Amino acid sequence: MIEEQAVVKVGMADLNVVKESGIIRTTGLGSCVGLTLYDKNIHLVGMAHVMLPSSDIAREGQLNIAKYADTALPELLKRMADLGAIRSRLVAKMAGGAQMFSFSSGGDNMRIGPRNVEACKLFLQEYKIPLIAEDTGANYGRTIEMDCTTGMLSIRSVQMGKKEI
Amino acid sequence: MGFFEKLEGFKMDVLKEVGNIGAGNAATALSQLLDKPIDMAVPKVQILPFDQIAEKVGGQEQIVLAVFFRVEGDAPGNLFFILTPEAGKGLLHRLAGLVVVDEEQFSEMEQSALSEIGNILAGSYLSSLADFTGLSMTPTVPGLAYDMAGAILNYGLIQFGEMGDDALLIDTTFLEGKNEVEGQFFLIPDPESFEKIFIALGVPLQDD
Repeated sequence: MIEEQAVVKVGMADLNVVKESGIIRTTGLGSCVGLTLYDKNIHLVGMAHVMLPSSDIAREGQLNIAKYADTALPELLKRMADLGAIRSRLVAKMAGGAQMFSFSSGGDNMRIGPRNVEACKLFLQEYKIPLIAEDTGANYGRTIEMDCTTGMLSIRSVQMGKKEI
Repeated sequence: MGFFEKLEGFKMDVLKEVGNIGAGNAATALSQLLDKPIDMAVPKVQILPFDQIAEKVGGQEQIVLAVFFRVEGDAPGNLFFILTPEAGKGLLHRLAGLVVVDEEQFSEMEQSALSEIGNILAGSYLSSLADFTGLSMTPTVPGLAYDMAGAILNYGLIQFGEMGDDALLIDTTFLEGKNEVEGQFFLIPDPESFEKIFIALGVPLQDD
């Protein structure tokens, strides 16, 4: 009965979905936020590795919608809806948004982690998706993975070891 | 990737020289601190997708010790001095006489000593660059982290995040003896800084 589960990797400024069985993982979250949405009825997980709070500041030619909180969430919702997710069943969990280095000065870019967290919360509220668990802030990096059969989010860090939410 | 298209071979060579001068001086400073020769690999200037940057130090989840500086002044950017935990312990032992107590952790005293070592090296890196270019470049107070490489380095990519999914990295490795890596310097100038560096060095900016 030992079966290696398939692992789907989500890179930085990237997003993906996994349905029915398997694990979805993103590594090395610092100030970035790992946002997950889960539909437990159909065992569908969507995960985004969000790097920046808002696409308003984007100066790139072709927008990478997975990178920004305001564009990644609608894209996740769309991809999940295509696979049969029902908006009202979705619950969100997130981790990351650390402030890796603390400085007294340095302006907005220095507190990008907390700003990413705030932005994700704002957009979840806008889409009326409840945030049922989070492990955000502090000053350390995290690797997260979600098992799509259970919807458990496990978080690993150098300083805090492993935990599940 | 419109932003990087303008950086043809010659400009990349200029940036390599920027890394050479900065890291060369930092290597000299480290060599003086340790009272032994420190070699330096030829700097690499690369344009890399975000995900691949952590591969330069062993992957997203590789645990590293990093001293981070935000560079302020005319040509802002992010500067990292990255060490393996073992190299960090070795430096502490030789420089500060600190005896390794715990292989896995760094005490407050150790962290403070490492920040100071990073500070000296970053100071010589940036002051030589400032002399070379005539631009003001000063480091902020050092920030120290002992964590996953991905989580640390991503912090230096935020300014590039607005531009695209790649960043330009000037990477120099310090070597002791044959090829034992002592540490790595990563300079990631902000996107706006390239033009200033090129103008300061008299590199023509013609657009075609």
